[in-house]
Amino acid sequence: MNDLTSDIIIIGAGITGCAVARELSRYDASVTVLEAGSDVAEGATKANSGIIHAGFDALPGSRKAYHNVRGAALYPKLCEDLGVGYRRCGALVIALSEDERRTIEELYERGIANGVEGMRIIERDEILKLEPGINPEVVCALHATTSAIVSPYEVAFALADDAAYNGVQFLTDQRVVSVKRDTDHYTVTTTDSEYTCKILINCAGSFGADIHNQISDNKLSMVHRRGQYYLLDRAEKLQFGRTIFQCPSKMGKGVLISPTLHGNLIIGPTAEDIDDPEDTATTADGLADIIAKARRTWPQLSVRTNITNFSGIRAHLTTGDFVIGRLDDVREASDAPKAYEAIGIESPGLSAAPSIAKEICQLVLKDAALTEKKDIKKYTRQGKSFHDMSAEERAEAVKRDPRYGNIICRCETVTEAEIRDAIRRPVGARSIDAVKRRTRAGMGRCQGGFCSPRVAAIISEETGIPLTEVTKNGGRSYLLTGTVEEYLKGGESDDRS
Amino acid sequence: MIDLNVDILIIGAGPAGLAAAIAAKEQGIDSILILEREDMPGGILRQCIHNGFGLHRFNEELTGPEYAQRDIDRVNELGIKIRCGTTVLSVSEDKLVTCVSSEEGFRTIKAKAIILAMGCRERPRGALCTPGTRCAGIYSAGTAQRFVNLEGYMPGRRVVILGSGDIGLIMARRMTLQGAKVLACVEIMPYSSGLNRNIVQCLEDYDIPLYLSHTVTDIKGRERVEGVTVARVDENRKPIPGTEIDFRCDTLLLSCGLIPENELSLGAGVELSPVTSGAVVDEDLETSITGIYACGNVLHVHDLVDHVSSESFRAGKAAAEYVKGIKREGRIIHVKDGFGVRGVVPQRIHGGCREDVTFMFRPASVYRNSTAVVTCGNNVIKRKKAMIFTPGEMATLTLKASELEAVQEVDGDITVSIEQEGM
Repeated sequence: MNDLTSDIIIIGAGITGCAVARELSRYDASVTVLEAGSDVAEGATKANSGIIHAGFDALPGSRKAYHNVRGAALYPKLCEDLGVGYRRCGALVIALSEDERRTIEELYERGIANGVEGMRIIERDEILKLEPGINPEVVCALHATTSAIVSPYEVAFALADDAAYNGVQFLTDQRVVSVKRDTDHYTVTTTDSEYTCKILINCAGSFGADIHNQISDNKLSMVHRRGQYYLLDRAEKLQFGRTIFQCPSKMGKGVLISPTLHGNLIIGPTAEDIDDPEDTATTADGLADIIAKARRTWPQLSVRTNITNFSGIRAHLTTGDFVIGRLDDVREASDAPKAYEAIGIESPGLSAAPSIAKEICQLVLKDAALTEKKDIKKYTRQGKSFHDMSAEERAEAVKRDPRYGNIICRCETVTEAEIRDAIRRPVGARSIDAVKRRTRAGMGRCQGGFCSPRVAAIISEETGIPLTEVTKNGGRSYLLTGTVEEYLKGGESDDRS
Repeated sequence: MIDLNVDILIIGAGPAGLAAAIAAKEQGIDSILILEREDMPGGILRQCIHNGFGLHRFNEELTGPEYAQRDIDRVNELGIKIRCGTTVLSVSEDKLVTCVSSEEGFRTIKAKAIILAMGCRERPRGALCTPGTRCAGIYSAGTAQRFVNLEGYMPGRRVVILGSGDIGLIMARRMTLQGAKVLACVEIMPYSSGLNRNIVQCLEDYDIPLYLSHTVTDIKGRERVEGVTVARVDENRKPIPGTEIDFRCDTLLLSCGLIPENELSLGAGVELSPVTSGAVVDEDLETSITGIYACGNVLHVHDLVDHVSSESFRAGKAAAEYVKGIKREGRIIHVKDGFGVRGVVPQRIHGGCREDVTFMFRPASVYRNSTAVVTCGNNVIKRKKAMIFTPGEMATLTLKASELEAVQEVDGDITVSIEQEGM
């Protein structure tokens, strides 16, 4: 049974909401996270470049700059604590003409002003030595050694699991319909139920401004900016070891090419302003645009090894900066309900999330007398993935649990043990995509062709729902439309659509 | 640490692995082990419940499971061991194989010879870069076939099929017979990539339209597929604006080509052909690594299982001879693709070869009333006329041992090409 009344409600289980939930899980307060999607990390968190930016891009003095640099510094320890991957691969911003050299110098100076360490401007020969695949017309580059990569949704899952393990209630499929402020509480109505709280925290991503505008007279306006990507297959030796950015210009930010944490190459994104905050389709024009732009960085680019295309929507506020803080216009009496928000968390939002969460938590603590819990529990996930284990570790794992001997996803070598674990975690997987993002089953070159029937069978078994109710990604995204038997009997047995 | 030593280790108990095992055993090798990742042997044939298998090999029409069962029975009769539920994790150049199963755990096996028979997989949507949403209801034809034939579930009700590969065509009929509506089969090329008999028996007999020179340009639907847009393409395979047709459907099946599954081969350092995506082999099906052989769809994608079996018998026999210490002699003669020919297998033969050699290849396009020609240096060794060569049907051409003698006297490589009429 869901708890309808909580001390604190967080709207949105993206990277920001999850990070805030984990911070607050350390205090004696009941916390509920309401998520519109069917899983944690369903929005921009699952579809971005996965880069922990060094922090040279944002304008000095902006919230983006402050939280980027502070957040990036928090990541290595955070990832270690959560047991998720983090790799400081470094980044290059390349100049392809002497004109662009000026931009490189500006970025360097901006980085210095923002407090970024480990930057250097390097020249052509050194660049080509570091990254031989780069366009030989390259002139110079900003080399930022602290730039890193993570798997953004894996970070969010780990934050959520840790928070849930420490008492936070995560509720999915809770699209917020309205938020109302009463004298001593907020009422949040979702498509499913009605929830009340004393403290409301808006981390609603693409819907951040909508929620804000329901409870504030100071209206915000948001632009939904879609970014499409290519994801190339893992290779023995990656073409690029670092994240390669192009110079931002009047023509736009350009596209990046970067290794991912799991050894794929990611290429993108586009930047298109769209009306629908959930229209994550890819388009022929968008995909063509990426290739044309990426070839400036990598003239030999071929998408022969492409395994998937996807897109994510950045929540861009027209003011350009993050909005982080307390809604002051609703703070009259000391016992009045309070609202806090983190809105417009577009790039570098992933990098900034741990820092934003700390700030939100501090603001809440300033207003509410929450006591720190004494018994913070550490949620330990089922160790290393089978894919990354050594031969000895694999032998040991199968001995411990024979289900490690049953390979379900052959492209990514994911075992039955890992898939069952993903479903049984504190914020467990309930769909094919949820399992995929937690275990990588289906993320390989065959894109689930082989493993999805098997994963569906395990989900059905673990959660006790019939196979025909298993979804790709929640809602009504059913994999199957009925049994062969029903079809043979004739008539429409499936009236779901 | 080696857990087990065998003479011949075979990876995969589909038709290729089974045939190779039978041939090796019949050559007198007793220490043979087949590793299979599924819970049962038979490979992809298990889900191919339609008939049409075995016409060449058995002179009768069998279903996939019936065809497989004949080889499984023979393997059991010969006492060859199959370990099912076992996934091979790595193969090394010195023929150490690691594998894992729930029953036997993680094991390292040392083999004198290895036969790669892992089969192939289907090209997914990503390889096609098809734009649109990423909703439920997009399956490769083989995945849909598994759901229907092995699991007893229907993956959809109103279906569009992209690509005219054989599995897609078979599934067009299967879904129709099962009560679904198949609206169209869409092929980007001006010709089908499937067998002609499947076009007739699976599409035409059920009035399912085949749109040649068309492709899917958009997929709509947030949760489940709601429709696809199909457009005509120009000679460069680019969609032509204004030719779009919208189909309201809940399912898109992909049958856009098969890719030999060579991750293990690559890990061992086996040289692969960029044309076939399979190993480069000689007339014995031996790869670039001595004692490692490849056969069936992992070597190159076949149309007929009968050909998979005959190729795999040769691989099994050759591996057995290798274990017995019989060596090949003579200079290496390379076999090259000439005009109109893609991916000749084998890619090299030994000058001392004393047996017939069959070359298999895909025609690069459709050629009518043409001739396949084998040349060595300036000499024409063999000519074979055909009414039609088409990419959908693998072409074969056998050089008799006597004809190979002519090759030995010439210095130079072999080229296989197609001569069009009037050229």
